[in-house]
Amino acid sequence: MGTSLMFGARAVRRSPLQRLRNLNWWMVLGLIAIAGVGTAMLYSVGGGKFDPWASRHLSRFLMALVGLIVIAIVDIRWWMRLAYPAYFIGLILLVYVEFAGTTGMGGQRWIDLGFMRLQPSELMKVAVVLALARYFHGLTISAHNRLSSLAVPILLILLPAAMVVRQPDLGTALLIVAGGIGVLFLAGARMWLFIVGFIGAIASIPIGWQLMQDYQKARVMIFLNPESDPLGAGYQIMQSKIALGSGGVWGKGFMEGTQSQLNFLPEMKTDFIFTVLAEEFGIMGGVGLIIIYMALLSYGVLVSLTCRSQFGRLLAAGLSFTLFLYVFVNVAMVMGLLPVVGVPLPLVSYGGSAMITFMLAYGLILSVGLNRGISIPRKDAFG
Amino acid sequence: MENEGDKFRLYTRRALMLGGAQGLLTSVLVGRMYYLGVTQSSQYSMLAEDNRVSMRILPPTRGEIFDRNGLPLATNRKDFRVFLIPEQAKDIDATLQHFQLLHPLSQGELSRIRRQIRRQRSFLPVTVAENLSWQAFSRINVDSPHLPGIQPDAGETRFYPDGAIAAHVVGYVGPVQVEDRAEDKDPSLGIPGFKIGRGGLERALDDQLRGAAGNASEEVNAYGRVIRQLTRTDGEKGQGVGLTLDMDLQRYVFNRLGDESAAAVVMDVETGDLVAMASTPSYDSNDFNLGFSRENWDALNFDPRKPLLNKAIAGQYPPASTFKMIVALAALDAGVIDPRETIHCTGSHEFGDRTFYCWKGDGHGRLDLVDAIARSCDVYFYDIANRVGIEKIGDMARRLGLGEAYDIGIGGQQPGLVPTREWKQRTQGTSWKAGETLNVGIGQGAVLSTPLQLAVMTARLADGARAVMPRLIQSINGREVPREDFAPMALNDEHLAYVRRGMEMVTMPRGTAVMSRLRTRGVEMAGKTGTAQVRRITQAQRDEGLDSLDGRPWQERDHALFVAFAPTDKPRYALSVLVEHGGGGSSVAAPIARDIMEETLRLDPTGPATVAEKDDEDGRPG
Repeated sequence: MGTSLMFGARAVRRSPLQRLRNLNWWMVLGLIAIAGVGTAMLYSVGGGKFDPWASRHLSRFLMALVGLIVIAIVDIRWWMRLAYPAYFIGLILLVYVEFAGTTGMGGQRWIDLGFMRLQPSELMKVAVVLALARYFHGLTISAHNRLSSLAVPILLILLPAAMVVRQPDLGTALLIVAGGIGVLFLAGARMWLFIVGFIGAIASIPIGWQLMQDYQKARVMIFLNPESDPLGAGYQIMQSKIALGSGGVWGKGFMEGTQSQLNFLPEMKTDFIFTVLAEEFGIMGGVGLIIIYMALLSYGVLVSLTCRSQFGRLLAAGLSFTLFLYVFVNVAMVMGLLPVVGVPLPLVSYGGSAMITFMLAYGLILSVGLNRGISIPRKDAFG
Repeated sequence: MENEGDKFRLYTRRALMLGGAQGLLTSVLVGRMYYLGVTQSSQYSMLAEDNRVSMRILPPTRGEIFDRNGLPLATNRKDFRVFLIPEQAKDIDATLQHFQLLHPLSQGELSRIRRQIRRQRSFLPVTVAENLSWQAFSRINVDSPHLPGIQPDAGETRFYPDGAIAAHVVGYVGPVQVEDRAEDKDPSLGIPGFKIGRGGLERALDDQLRGAAGNASEEVNAYGRVIRQLTRTDGEKGQGVGLTLDMDLQRYVFNRLGDESAAAVVMDVETGDLVAMASTPSYDSNDFNLGFSRENWDALNFDPRKPLLNKAIAGQYPPASTFKMIVALAALDAGVIDPRETIHCTGSHEFGDRTFYCWKGDGHGRLDLVDAIARSCDVYFYDIANRVGIEKIGDMARRLGLGEAYDIGIGGQQPGLVPTREWKQRTQGTSWKAGETLNVGIGQGAVLSTPLQLAVMTARLADGARAVMPRLIQSINGREVPREDFAPMALNDEHLAYVRRGMEMVTMPRGTAVMSRLRTRGVEMAGKTGTAQVRRITQAQRDEGLDSLDGRPWQERDHALFVAFAPTDKPRYALSVLVEHGGGGSSVAAPIARDIMEETLRLDPTGPATVAEKDDEDGRPG
């Protein structure tokens, strides 16, 4: 990737067609590569058939790709204007599902739109980062350092997180909080706050334990000692580790993974699809996929470093961090480094919500990339 | 813009820190992959193979048991059955309850299942039902999601085409018990539903019949479904066992004994082959396959007529008058009597201060040896028994095969009892009394024999020269079991001729079994009746004429016995019949023996030839 391709020419006002031409197509190619891996693995898991999973996955991705490009070529100031409304719409949807939503596995709640299931908690991952970026954009550097100016962002984070915990979906809530804290960190909140916060979080583990549901406690206990329950929930972690370990460096070959093809692996289409990849293509396949992810997310960080608006910087890096957590939690989970929390691997796992979150967020990152030359006044956000 | 510049510098610092943290976490993931996929790879590969490959023990097909003509007595048939693995059932009662909607179980079966569940470890399968119809089996398969712990299986089960007819000889198989697995390390025993020999030949020849298990390694998926076979080593079928029994005759004998509590043994005089050996009442060997419920077991076990006992080899009875040939031979051998000498029977015999009665209250009058056997005079034998003495009677009894268990390959034989002075001293601490010899002289008192021993005795009398030994197992795995050469008995031919003459006269006019003379033209049967007293008849009862069987309860009635051989001129078959508490030997046992002998000769392929030869010779002793 040449520098010219990464950063393009700086321009303040361009036609949509010009923006399209200036879009970082290498990154789009990276997205297509990841979705392609997902399609291939779903083909393998589906017993060598495109229907129903691989084909649906691919068509969903292609639709989402169109949406991503549209999001990317919209002027960033529009997104800044929409930041708070999007956040509030997200909150309203969270309230709505609290009363009228459908509950699924592990407590996630969704709105059935017919063609897909919309999880407001997923949208909230993006909306929180948008709202926080918008908020910090409007602060002076001196205001950054004031404790009082942290009250609003903390509220912005904790309000949706608390509602998601109530669903109850602890995993997503923690990801929302972690993504928000990432933005606070990037925005320059005092370092000691994070140290104190970290110590406080560890100290509150016993309280958190009390709040957890029995199945969540069980998951944590099994994570700490998977061999204690080889036939029950620990089975999942154990079988995943066996698949990863037996895949070795080069893997057992496409469609040759015994753990996956013989159904020893649980939840292969969704949570454990990375395991299928690593079993069939070995460390090479797994690390290869991780490298593509990291290239995409590094782009978000690099773009933020050259962006002229604080909103764009925080948005690009904050969303990169959110997506990183998404990928990290899933991969660490299937490797037995984290408890099984039911987080899919975006773009690879079967299922629409994670894909939409990822494409929505990455569309915004690409938008920041296209608009990084625009400096936006602190007070007047748009024109 | 100074403000914005500071903001940017602070941001850059923080962004690089956060990016660095992400890079660090990513390297943790890569490191973990390396650890799992390189450092620990061989261990996980092994575990993956363990998952994928399932070793299965293949049950060997049990060897079949045939009769002398190759007809099956014990064979195997396809069996649809259902196991319960207690560990996999969340609620055993609920599973069994739901199962009963598809296939009802009796109270006895339920108690057996529960007992087995209690007795063995919870991962071992318990057989719930066997011999299911295809319909019932399919219903259970279809409904298996509602039957946690239930595991359908199609295998083989033991099948006895004639379940009861030779049950005591063939025996039965039953489920493996926990104790069996402690002693026997054969991997077959771990196979669900595997059966081992529990009684009769099934037990005695279990090692030969069982065969050796094979094994197959299969690729299985997570639900245990076999995807494909990887390797397969077939086991070894159990060895087939051929018996000397003739099932057609065996069936006839069994049916002829009917409802009596009885036993009959038919033996080939020439070879010692046991062509029929029946004991009634019987049980159905097929009923044992699953193991019995306590109720059914008790019903068999506490039946006063003892269906579980093989009376032919394990029932010990006084030989009664069938013992008289032995006493006669002993006396002749000792030279204490002349066969032509006559003894006067008045109906009783005074000895010391006791009176010994003849069964014929008004006496037989004067009779010689042949007459005494034919008419079964007790007084004659009291007299000669007293003359020859217990030791010599015992010696002769043993020479003729009494008092020993034979090596016929089946367990549970009783040795009977041939009393001696030494035995009396050893077991009762008192010395032998002369009066006891008189009782032994008519086959009562301490002397005991089994129907098999009486058949052997008769065969030896019929053959005359050789100590014929019984044989039950003809071949194993298609190889003939070698016949041993019978030892010579070294009996005096002349003495034997007198005794056999007496036996021939038993079915002649004036003999005790004249009514049971063979109806086959040109073939005669020699025999001897016996009526074994179960209870001492008191003088008071004798005076009141209560010595007949009428009016006495079943358990106190006499045992009826009959031994016989035929044809008299060239003996082919010897037999013994015992009817427990049946009454008189001549009225009850002899007709049965006559019918059996007729059927035996009819079924004998060499029979007609024997009959034809008979017309040309006159081999009767004088």
